[in-house]
Order: sequence, then C-alpha cells, then structure tokens
Amino acid sequence: MSETTIVVDGLRKRFGSAQALDGMSFGVRAGQITGFIGPNGAGKSTTMRVILGLDRPDAGTALVGGRPYRALRRPLCHLGPLLDAAALQPSRSARNHLLWIARSQGLGAARVDEVLEQAGLRQVARRAAGGFSLGMRQRLGIAAALLGDPPTLMLDEPFNGMDPEGIIWMRGFLRSLAGQGRAVLVSSHLMSELQDCANQVVIVGRGRVIADMAVAELLRSASGGRVTVRTGGSGAADVLRAAGGTVTDAGHDTVTVSGLASDRVIAALSARAVPFSEVAVHRASLEDAYLELTREAVEFRASETAR
Amino acid sequence: MRTEWTKFRTVRGFVIAMIVAGGVILGLGLSPMSGTCTEQTCRQPVGPEGEEVRDSFYLLHRPLTGDGGITARLTAMTGRVPDIPADEGDRDDGGGRAAGPAAGEDMRDGLAPWAKAGLIIKDGTRRGSAYAAVMVTGGHGVRMQHNFVHDRAGQPGTAGAPAPRWLRLTRAGDVVTGAESADGVHWNTVASVELAGLPATVEIGLFATSPQFVEATGLAGSSSGPTLVTATFDGISGGADGWTGEGIGADGSHRPDGTGVTLTGSGDIGPVVVGAAGLGVSITQTLLGTFAGLVLVVVVGAAFMTGEYRRGLIRTTLTATPARGRVLLGKAAVLAAVTFGVGLVSAAAVVVAGRRLLVGNGVYVLPATLLTEVRVIAGTAALLAVAAVLALGIGTMLRRSAVAISAVVGLTVLPYLLAMTVLPAAAAQWLLRVTPAAAFAVQQSAKQYHQVENLYTPANGYFPLPWWAGFGVLCLWAAAALAGAAVLLRRRDA
Repeated sequence: MSETTIVVDGLRKRFGSAQALDGMSFGVRAGQITGFIGPNGAGKSTTMRVILGLDRPDAGTALVGGRPYRALRRPLCHLGPLLDAAALQPSRSARNHLLWIARSQGLGAARVDEVLEQAGLRQVARRAAGGFSLGMRQRLGIAAALLGDPPTLMLDEPFNGMDPEGIIWMRGFLRSLAGQGRAVLVSSHLMSELQDCANQVVIVGRGRVIADMAVAELLRSASGGRVTVRTGGSGAADVLRAAGGTVTDAGHDTVTVSGLASDRVIAALSARAVPFSEVAVHRASLEDAYLELTREAVEFRASETAR
Repeated sequence: MRTEWTKFRTVRGFVIAMIVAGGVILGLGLSPMSGTCTEQTCRQPVGPEGEEVRDSFYLLHRPLTGDGGITARLTAMTGRVPDIPADEGDRDDGGGRAAGPAAGEDMRDGLAPWAKAGLIIKDGTRRGSAYAAVMVTGGHGVRMQHNFVHDRAGQPGTAGAPAPRWLRLTRAGDVVTGAESADGVHWNTVASVELAGLPATVEIGLFATSPQFVEATGLAGSSSGPTLVTATFDGISGGADGWTGEGIGADGSHRPDGTGVTLTGSGDIGPVVVGAAGLGVSITQTLLGTFAGLVLVVVVGAAFMTGEYRRGLIRTTLTATPARGRVLLGKAAVLAAVTFGVGLVSAAAVVVAGRRLLVGNGVYVLPATLLTEVRVIAGTAALLAVAAVLALGIGTMLRRSAVAISAVVGLTVLPYLLAMTVLPAAAAQWLLRVTPAAAFAVQQSAKQYHQVENLYTPANGYFPLPWWAGFGVLCLWAAAALAGAAVLLRRRDA
C-alpha cells in the first residue's frame, strides 16, 4: 500500500494570461495526512484536477501509484477523490448517487451501503441529495471517495461548510484513514483547519510549492526563538540589540526580540540591571507559521498587482 | 453503459419526461377528425397489385376474344375545371375548400393536366380489374398505363396540342402494345406491357376520365374540385357502332359525332392517394404528435449531458470513467435504447388506436402493408432515438442546456412544424431535405405517384425524400454531432 501514492512533478498550466501552475512538484506519503495549503488561487484545485486527468497540463506529470490517472482501469479503486461536494444531481438520492459511481467501478450495491454507514449517512440514504446541507454533502463526497476502498484519498476543501462538530468528525475520520495506512491529501486555504490533523504540509503560492515539510518542523522553524519581555525599564530594547538580538516590536511595556534564546535574554537584561517582570517564549500556531511562510509570496503578488 | 443507465433512471425528471413524451405522441395522435365514410361508401377497389385504386371513368366497350386490337384518332379534347379565384384561401362564402364546387357551377373551360382519353383493354368491367391503356392526357402527352400504378411516357413531342392524335392498342397473348401516330401512317410504339393471366375474352374500347383538380391556396391551404373531359374520336377500327357505353364507378356519357363518337367522363384510373386531391388520410396522420414527443426527447437528450456540466457532475463522471469516449457512447446508447423503446410503444399504440378512432369517425384511412406499418412505427421510434443522440452530441459541444436545447429544437422540430403549417411547398421541401427533420419521411405510408395530380406536401403526409434517405440525413447529423462531441470532450479540460 505504501507504494501507491501521488507524485506530482513540474506541473505547468496557463489559463489565458494567468499562470495557474508554475512548476508544481510534491509527493504524498502513505499513512500520513498531507495538508495541501495555500491561499485561494494558489493552484491547489488545478493541481488536483490535473492529477485526476480532468485538466491537461502544459508540462509536467502527475502519477497515481506510478501511472497516469487516465490509464487506470478502475481509477476509484486507486484514488478516492472529493473535488466539489456540491456537484450533485439534486433530485437523485444519496444512495443512487453512490450507486452509479459504484457501477462505474464494477462495484455492487452492498459496497454502497457500507460507505453510507461509514460516512454516517445511513439514515438519509434515500433522501434527495439536493436537500442536503453542505456538511452532509461533504460526508456524501467522502463516502463516494471511499467506494473503491482506495489506498490514496484526495480531498479538496473537505471542511468547507462543516459545523464544528462536523470538523471534529472529519479530522478524526481522516486520522483513522491514515491510521489504516492510507495516504490522504487534504487541501485547505485555512491552516487552522488542519491543526492536530496533518502530519505533513505542502504549502503553495502562485502555482508552486513554497514549503514541503513535516508539521513539527514547520512549527519549530516558525517559532524562530521569538521572546517577549515585559519590562518597566526603558533601556531593554537597546540592551537586547547590543546583545545581538533583533527587536521586532517595542511597545510601551513589552519588547519582542528574535535571534536570542530566552536564557540569553535573561542574562543580558540581568547584566545591565534592566528590570523585567516576565519573559515569554512565543509558541507559534500552525496558522502563524503558514502566514509567515506565505507572507513573502502574497507580498510579491500584491506589489505585482500594484504595478 | 450500466453506469449511465443507473444515472438516467435515478433522475425523476428524465423518467417523467420520457413518459410524457410517449403520452403526447399518443394523445395528439388520437385526433378528433371526422368524416362521412362508412364501410360501404369509402371502400375502394383493390388493383391487381394489391393496393387500393381509383377506377372511375366512362367506357365505350365490346368484348374481344383472342388476339386483336383497336385503332382510333382523337380529334378533339376539351374540358371543364373548377373556377378557383387566386384568393380562394381567404374567401369567406363557404364555397368550399376541399369540397369544391359542384360540377357545372363555378367552372370554366380547361383541361386537367392528367385528364385522360384513349384506348383500353380491360379484364371485364369490374372495378379494380387488370387493364392496359394508351391515352392522350391534358398536359402530359401520350402515355401508356397499366394496372393502375404503371405509367410510361410517349414521344416527348406529344405533350403539345393533345389532338389530333392517332392511337393503337393491340393484344398478343398476355402482351398489350400501345402505339401513337401523328398521321395514322408512321407509328411509334409507346410501350409493350405484360398483363399476366389475362383471360381469352377481354373488354376493349374507348375511355375518358378526368381527375380531381387541386390547387394550393394561401398558407398551406388548398382548393379542389372535380373536372370533366370531353373527347371526340373518329377513324375507329370496326366502326362507330356496336359499342356499349357504361359509366364505370362514375357518371359520363357518349353520343355519336359525325363518323365518330364523343365521350364525356370524370374520375381517374390510378392508385389512391391521400390528401387534398385524394381521399382521406394515411396512418401518418395518427403520428402528428411525434413532434411534441420529440421536443421532450431532445430536451432529455441534451440535458443528460448539459445537466452534468451545470452541476459540475461531469468531473465526477470523468473521474469515475476517464475514457471520455466511453462516457459519451454509454450515454448515447442509454438514450437511444430508452427513447427507441418509448417511441416504439407509443407509435405502435397510436397507429393502432388512432386508425380505429379515425375509421370509427368515418374517415377513410388508406391501408398500408404490414411491412410499411412496421417501418412507420419502428422508423418513428428510430427517429426519436437518433434525434436524442443528436441532442446529446450538441449538448456535449455547447455544454449549456438552454443553448443546446434551442439549437436542437430549432434544427429538428421547428423545420417540421414550419413545413407542416406556414411554409410554401418549395421552402418546406428544402427544409425537409437538409435538416434533421428530414427523418420525418419515415412516417410516410402513402406512396407518391407522379401520374396522379395531388399536393404531395408534408401536411398531406408526403415527404420530399424516401424514408431511408430522410432517416439517413438525420443519422449523418447525429454522427457529425457525436464525432464533434467526442473530439471536444477529449480535447477540452473538464
């Protein structure tokens, strides 16, 4: 199962004057939840469509289990996708929606009932999908992705429209899928949605990968030794600068410094006898780390637009 | 294909639309048309080749046993036709469309183009019996006709002034030969025909008849009425005496005229046609509701694909089945099969029930052979099925329901409706040759005969192309649309 994953290599795609994909490359590992994160328009959905053979790239390759998606005979048994949960025929029941997808993969009605149960949709299986809330549609989309019992799942913004309870359910569900050894690629434009869920993140902006790393590593790098000091004295900023730190914020009674570990901050302030009441090591959230990483890309775009 | 079938049957709208399509074909076909026919009055004689025929003329005859013949000179041919003003269609005096003026009233001098006077050999005087005749016509020159459906033209030059003209008809065994001459010396054979099984003794003589006159008036209207022909013969071989005059299925008269004889007759010897100048309707009439069913069928055909584009479901479809050509073929196969089934049941039902209703209401319905009926019914089902595939192809190319449905309805239903109602004949015929609506030709059950004057228009159940060619036109359109759809579906991002 560990071999069957998604590998994207050097994808380029242009829509008119917009370069949607600009050398997108990454891989998805089995047994992990890989967050695919970037602002709207970064190329996440386009990448997923290229992986599924829906859009043709101008250059580059996307392989699923080592083969192009369009060459797979029963593709949903290799990759379970959820692109747009709202894409439903409103008058068709949830069960019938899954039934035609099952038929296309040579699967029977029994498998449909299994995934309905898994997604918690058994009660509403015979209701018209048009009446479903977005959260229920997301569950139906997940059920469809699971039909072929694929080793890899690829979900585009599955948290969209879900209530908090649904988000918690979805996180747990994705974790259990990864726990079964499956590779799960989940896109989102909100890093916070993937907190406590993703093991690996691929951060994208402007059609290419900005960062591809383990979540733990990302948090470490983003925390970057920022320390906030609460001080009554006025010389703290100068003292810390002299000690080799970079003062990023000097307010009325707090000073934030980076480039100095907390023990060195304490030592420097003590040596100059600057009074301080609190030294706090800043712990970055995934969101902070993400914003820090994408700031550069976003700024670049902003200046380009201004020009 | 099983995938697409599951998709089709699980959308209530599609299922309802198909049931309604069958319903309107049936409902609109059961027309309230009524007539005055009874089993006795409208039953037509049956010709030697099995079809119903008109056999009404004035005959001056005597028996002929064994081989022999007759020669005569037509010296004069005049006639009377209904005097129909050009604005007849708008006239409001109740003077009668279709019914026409009574003989003698509102008539003027003139020869109907297919007024006939000449010589005939016939297997007795029973209507519908075998015959062969050589004749001069009002506007089509000298002709040799036999057994109601066969017609051969004489020399091209004979179409000018009808008279004087020498005619000769001879029997040798089963072969009857007709000839014509300008001077009674130099003869041209028009044709030799075989009347299989002709008995030893037949009736031979002179005849005159003139068919229903018909004229298109206004928008798809028509005006018709009976005509008369008066023909004078002399130089009759065997003399002008000793003949028996008899109206066969029609009135008429004869009187001596110098050394010859003058005959007056009205009617026709030929196959039955339906419509303005003919009698009643054909089973095509019962299928008038097809166009309404077709509207629903093409809406379903287009929406089967455009609906997926509208909802983004096409991505799910192409993700499940990346072979896009297979998706298209699967949809086409399901649409064609469902539509054919619905069309077959409703067309068969409406032809059977509709005919019973028409006959019960006193309308003459031209009989069709079983083979023709099967072709009309299966052809209607096939027309609906292929049109659905055409709609699918166009829907796939255009991807937008409203645009696609407008395009397909504009290509298939609209030309038919226009041709059936307001268009002049030439424009109607052109539309029914080049547009997919040409396939309505599969519904033609009455044959068209060039030698019978009639308005052979779509409204009367006659189409410009033979059924197979009309159906072929639709198939070409559908094949082109499907091919275009396949190319675009493969090439475009979904």
